[in-house]
Amino acid sequence: MAGLELRGIRKDYGSTAVLKGIDLSIADGEFVVFVGPSGCGKSTLLRVIAGLETVTAGDIRIDGAEVTRTAASDRGLAMVFQSYALYPHMTVHQNMSFALENMGIAKAEIAARVDRAARMLRLTDYLQRRPAALSGGQRQRVAIGRAIVRDPKIFLFDEPLSNLDAELRVATRKELAALHAEIGGTMIYVTHDQVEAMTLADRIVVLNGGRIEQIGTPLELYNRPANLFVAGFIGSPRMNLLPTELVRGEAAGPAATLGIRPEHVEPCQEAEADLTVRIDLVEQLGGETFLYAAAPNDIPLTIRCDGQSRLVRGDLLPVRFSRDHLHRFDAAGLACRPEPLLARSHS
Amino acid sequence: MTGKLRHLLLARRGGASWHWTDVASYAYLALGVLLMFGPVAWLALSSFKTPAALLEFPPSLLPMAQSEVSVPGYPQPLPLFRVTMEDGSVRELAQVRRVGIVAQMVDPKEPAQTIRVPADRRTPVRHMALAVENYTDPLTQFDFLRFLRNSLVVTVVATVITLIINSMAAYALSVYEFRGKSVAMLGVIGTLMIPITIVLAPVYLVVTKLGFVDSLWAVILPGAATPTGVFLLRQYMLTIPRDLIEAARMDKASEWRIYARIVMPLSMPALAVLAIFSVMWRWNEFLWPLAVLTKTEVHTLPIALNAFQGELQTQWHYLLAMTVVTLLPVALVFAFLQRFITSGIANTGMK
Repeated sequence: MAGLELRGIRKDYGSTAVLKGIDLSIADGEFVVFVGPSGCGKSTLLRVIAGLETVTAGDIRIDGAEVTRTAASDRGLAMVFQSYALYPHMTVHQNMSFALENMGIAKAEIAARVDRAARMLRLTDYLQRRPAALSGGQRQRVAIGRAIVRDPKIFLFDEPLSNLDAELRVATRKELAALHAEIGGTMIYVTHDQVEAMTLADRIVVLNGGRIEQIGTPLELYNRPANLFVAGFIGSPRMNLLPTELVRGEAAGPAATLGIRPEHVEPCQEAEADLTVRIDLVEQLGGETFLYAAAPNDIPLTIRCDGQSRLVRGDLLPVRFSRDHLHRFDAAGLACRPEPLLARSHS
Repeated sequence: MTGKLRHLLLARRGGASWHWTDVASYAYLALGVLLMFGPVAWLALSSFKTPAALLEFPPSLLPMAQSEVSVPGYPQPLPLFRVTMEDGSVRELAQVRRVGIVAQMVDPKEPAQTIRVPADRRTPVRHMALAVENYTDPLTQFDFLRFLRNSLVVTVVATVITLIINSMAAYALSVYEFRGKSVAMLGVIGTLMIPITIVLAPVYLVVTKLGFVDSLWAVILPGAATPTGVFLLRQYMLTIPRDLIEAARMDKASEWRIYARIVMPLSMPALAVLAIFSVMWRWNEFLWPLAVLTKTEVHTLPIALNAFQGELQTQWHYLLAMTVVTLLPVALVFAFLQRFITSGIANTGMK
C-alpha cells in the first residue's frame, strides 16, 4: 500500500492539451474518486498514473519513488478496466493467476491467493469457467479479483460500474466500499457518476477541462463548492443558480450569482417570499417531491419538498431561500467568502 | 448422422412444398459441385486406369480393362470380344489377330477353329480393374517416399517459421506506435504485389552466396516472411481490444508473454487461415524449388512429378496417381485447420 504524488502533470495529444497541470497528493489507504463530465481528462489522468500513457511534463511519485518514466508493468499498480478486459481464452482461475505467474510467485502461494480472493468475491464456484460463461456482475468481480490477488500498491478503477444495470451497480458499489474497508488499500476511482463519487470517496477530485476544480471530502464539496462548476456538478438534482438581482433583499455587492440547493428552497407566504415561481412539472416520489419551476426570465428552479404535494402544473408558488444555505459566486464564478453559516460550522 | 445428412440434402427455404428458388439453389449448387469436385473425382478415378485405358477414346469414367482369356494353343492371353454374328446371335470370342477390317477370332471353347469377323461387328468385353501398380511402382521404384519426405519437411518447417515471423511482425505493426510504422506498413503492402518471378534472379543470387543451393533451406527461408501473412495477421490483431493488452501490461506481463499468451491464442482464426495458405503454397510450389534444387535427392514432390512428363512421352498413369498422393496431405490439413476458422473469441471477455 502506498501514497501517490502528482506534480505539474501535463498531457498533450499533438496540439490538444488534455491535462493542463495537475497537482495532487493521495495518502496511503485513501479512497479517492476522480469525477467530472466526459472529456474532462479523468480517464487520461488515471492512465497516466497507471503508466499506460506517458506524460508531456510533470512527475509522478509512488511512495516517494519517482516513477514518471517507469513502465506500467513495473509500477506495481493494478487496474480494473471499464470493459473488464478479462482474457477470453483463459478460465477465471487463469485470469486471476496470470499476473502472479508473471511475478514469479510459487504455485502454492498463487493457489492460496486466488482461493482467498475467490472466496472474498464469491467466485469459488466459477473458477473453471471462461469469461464468456459469466454474467456481467460476475465478470466485474473477476476483474476486481484479478486486481486483489496482486496485492498492489494502488488500485485503479476506470468507471468499473458503468456497464452494469442500475440495481447491480448499487449492490457492487456497496461491495466496493466493504472491500475498501476490508483490505484498506489506496484506491483511485474514476467515474462520471457523482452519486458513486459521493458514496465511495474519502476525497473527491472534481476535474473539468483538464484542470482540478476542487479537492475535498464529499460533504465539503457539497457544502462549500469552490466555484460554479463544482456547485452545478455535485448534488442531484443540481444546485439552482440565479442572478443576484432576481432575489429580493440581496445586495448586488461582489456576488453576481446566487446558488441554492433544491432542499433549501422553501414554499412560504407571499409576504416573506424571495421569489414567486410557476410550477412546470411535479415529480411525486412518495417520500419526497421535486418541483420543477420557472422563476422570472424563465430561469429554471428546482425545489425539493418532504412528503407529498398537492401542487399541479401552472400553479404559482411563493418561495423563500434559506439564508444559511445561500452560496454566493462572483462574476468570475468563484465562491465569495465568508461561506454559508452551516458549511462553516462543519469545517 | 443419416438424419443430419438427409436434412442437409433436402433442406428447403421453408413452407410445405418446393419453391422454384429451392430448385434453382440446388441446381446451382449441383453445378458448383460438378465444377469443383468433378475434376478431382475424375483425377482420382483416372489414376487407377492402365495406360491403354487412359488413351482410350471415347474415355470412360470408371477404370475399365478389357477382359482376356487364355486359349489352348496360343501362348499369350487373348482379348475377349462380344461379336454379333451374321445370323444375329451374339457370341463371346477371343481375338487372335486383326488384319485391316477383318478380325480373326477364336471361340475359347473350340480353340481349333478360327472365325473371320468384320472388325466393326465386335465390341470389347470389359470389367472394372484398378491399376494399383500406378501407385505401387512409383512408390517403390522412383523413391517417391524421399520426395514426399522432402516436401513434408519443407512444408512443415516453412509453415512454422512463417507463422512465427509473420505474427511477430504483425504484432509490432498492430500494437506498437513507432516512427516509421506507416512506411513499414506501406512496404509490406507494396511487396504484396511483387510476384516471385520478378525477384527470382536476385533471390537466387542471395541464396547462392549463402551456400543454400541444393539444400531444403533454399526453399524454406526465402519465402518465410510473406507480406500477405503479415497483412492478414495485422488486420486481425487490430480487432483484439487494446484493453486486453493493457490489462496484461498492468499484470506485469513482458511483451513476449503478451505476444505468446494473449495475442497468439486470440489470433487463432487468422493463424489457421495463414497456416492453410502456407501449407498450400509450400506444398505446391514449383518454380522456385525447380530453380534452386538441382539434385534429385532434394527434389520436392511437384518437381518429382515433373519427371514423369518427358519431352517425348508423358507417363500419365504415374503422373495422375502421384498427383492424387500429392493432393491428400493438403486436403487433410485443411480438414483439420478449418475448425479454427470460426469467428474470434477475443471480444467475449469484455463488457
